[in-house]
Amino acid sequence: MKPLSLKSLLRAALTAGAGLVSPLVLAAGTLEGPVTQRSLNWHAIVMFLLFVAFTLGITWWAARRTKSAKDFYAAGGGITGMQNGLAIAGDYMSAASFLGISAMVFEKGYDGLIYSIGFLVGWPIILFLVAERLRNLGKYTFADVASYRLSQTPVRVLAATGTLVVVALYLIAQMVGAGKLIQLLFGMSYSSAVVLVGVLMVLYVMFGGMLATTWVQIVKAVMLLSGATFMAGMVLYSAGFSVEALFAKAVEVHAKKEAIMAPGGLVSNPIDAISLGLALMFGTAGLPHILMRFFTVADAKEARKSVFFATGFIGYFYILTFIIGFGAIMLVSTNPEFKDAAGKLIGGNNMAAVHLSKAVGGDLFLGFISAVAFATILAVVAGLTLSGASAVSHDLYANVFARGRADEAHELRVSKLATLGLGIVAILLGIAFEKQNIAFMVGLAFSIAASANFPVLFLSMFWRGLTTRGAVIGGFIGLISAVTLIVFGPTVWVDVLKNKEALFAYKNPAIFSMTLAFFCTWLFSVLDRSPQANQEKSAFLPQFIRSMTGIGAEGASKH
Amino acid sequence: MNDDLMRRIQANPRFTELVSKRSRFSWKLSLTMLAIYYGFILVVAFDPKLLGTSLAGGTVTLGIPVGIFVIVSAFVLTGIYVRRANSEFDALNRQIVEEAQQ
Repeated sequence: MKPLSLKSLLRAALTAGAGLVSPLVLAAGTLEGPVTQRSLNWHAIVMFLLFVAFTLGITWWAARRTKSAKDFYAAGGGITGMQNGLAIAGDYMSAASFLGISAMVFEKGYDGLIYSIGFLVGWPIILFLVAERLRNLGKYTFADVASYRLSQTPVRVLAATGTLVVVALYLIAQMVGAGKLIQLLFGMSYSSAVVLVGVLMVLYVMFGGMLATTWVQIVKAVMLLSGATFMAGMVLYSAGFSVEALFAKAVEVHAKKEAIMAPGGLVSNPIDAISLGLALMFGTAGLPHILMRFFTVADAKEARKSVFFATGFIGYFYILTFIIGFGAIMLVSTNPEFKDAAGKLIGGNNMAAVHLSKAVGGDLFLGFISAVAFATILAVVAGLTLSGASAVSHDLYANVFARGRADEAHELRVSKLATLGLGIVAILLGIAFEKQNIAFMVGLAFSIAASANFPVLFLSMFWRGLTTRGAVIGGFIGLISAVTLIVFGPTVWVDVLKNKEALFAYKNPAIFSMTLAFFCTWLFSVLDRSPQANQEKSAFLPQFIRSMTGIGAEGASKH
Repeated sequence: MNDDLMRRIQANPRFTELVSKRSRFSWKLSLTMLAIYYGFILVVAFDPKLLGTSLAGGTVTLGIPVGIFVIVSAFVLTGIYVRRANSEFDALNRQIVEEAQQ
């Protein structure tokens, strides 16, 4: 089959199948729109090759240390709190949030800050309510915790489904963003960029497991934070280190004038605003690739420290992107070098931060920031792939298919095959969705994480009365309602499917789908009077004691 | 975990103390974070002009320090929790585990 026909076939099948197609308010979350290929950018290419060589070196080093399943899924449990905090930040700060949020600030000013705050405030909640219990109860995946005292097969199937759906949506968004970004920055073709990203992420995960993934994320976080710090510093320097001067100049040159200094149209409807807040806050606590990071540290104390550092790094990063966005208004929008004939930014508004890097640091720094953007994508997709592969091998294969009787070597082989499989699927989806509107996907992933994964995980740890029946029915209702409400909402029904009026008025379903999931989980648990349900309730006490004291929790492996 | 160990932990008054102290503390901090964030979102939704008020007559508006405050408060709250958990709660927990395993 010719690649072209394969591509169109896939695209047709996927748009038909995934009627899910379209956006939340998260328009800034991904790169979109047509992109023109640029001439080769040599500074960027050399720096990117250095990054790839370095990370492949890390992978080679990690591969020699990755022998057991615990090494593969949890880096042996020996990552420190500070390292894990950086890795979490590296996992969470995607290229979409770097380029997308600075673009949003560039375009709308203050609204960009409101948006980024939503992505941060879930972290304290994770620390206060989830992190320690999760670390004390789990082994490799959040399904370990959710199914701790419940029936393995149905709860793991639910958790694995939730994981794979979230991972797939997130991966598509990242792959499409990667393809467009690389096309623009490096002058490579879209398909070869997607293939390159896919091949590298498979190499990291398949050979280096969680150890390589963690270090790729740490290296990327350090590069991104230092690049962004330099950029924000140069912006402040150009404004004579006066915040007032920076904002005054930006207001003077921006088309929207003073409006950029106050909330605009982002949050116009209170229900939508609260619903978006819920999705971002509790969705973060239900993202499988993030939850998985808590099993890489030795104990609850290190898990706590991880969140403290992660919150600090992520918060600092969002303050930087705000300054970078305003810096772009001041230095990029006023410079004809960065604009096309129509007066628009070359490559679209998502390029605001990239153009700014050239404005403040010349070609060399532009090359560095381009390489950082690419590195960022690689680190995020590696974490996603590992999480998806673990759901397949640890949850579905070892605990459902083999009913806990698979030996470790087998399970590891399955996880490597699953990594390879996910890599191929991610490349194909990335190519198939090239011209699709994928802006809604990250938002949908957060809504599903908040409506399917979070309620079940939370209630399994906090509520004695949870039963298997309640968890499975409630979890699937959360998943299905989140998807359905997004499809019938303005983002898909109107923007993608081109209908006149949405069947469901709100862009963000979490306030309804998450409430519904909690309610149904509760209802079907209290209605469940089977002997199994009684057993599950009486198993809560030992689980509770372990979650509180850490007695019996997985330790770090000794080697 | 064997039943004997479990019963001893459950009967230990220090365990009850740890559970109630820790959950009260973590819910209090969670509610503080929720109140700060949703307070901010409600102002954004119902009175956006308030955040556009100029500070000291300049371009900088009230929204800027308020936004930065929400970000910093998230970090500070995690710091407050980690500090108390790493010292007081961990010490209490160590005692419980030691006493149970005697």
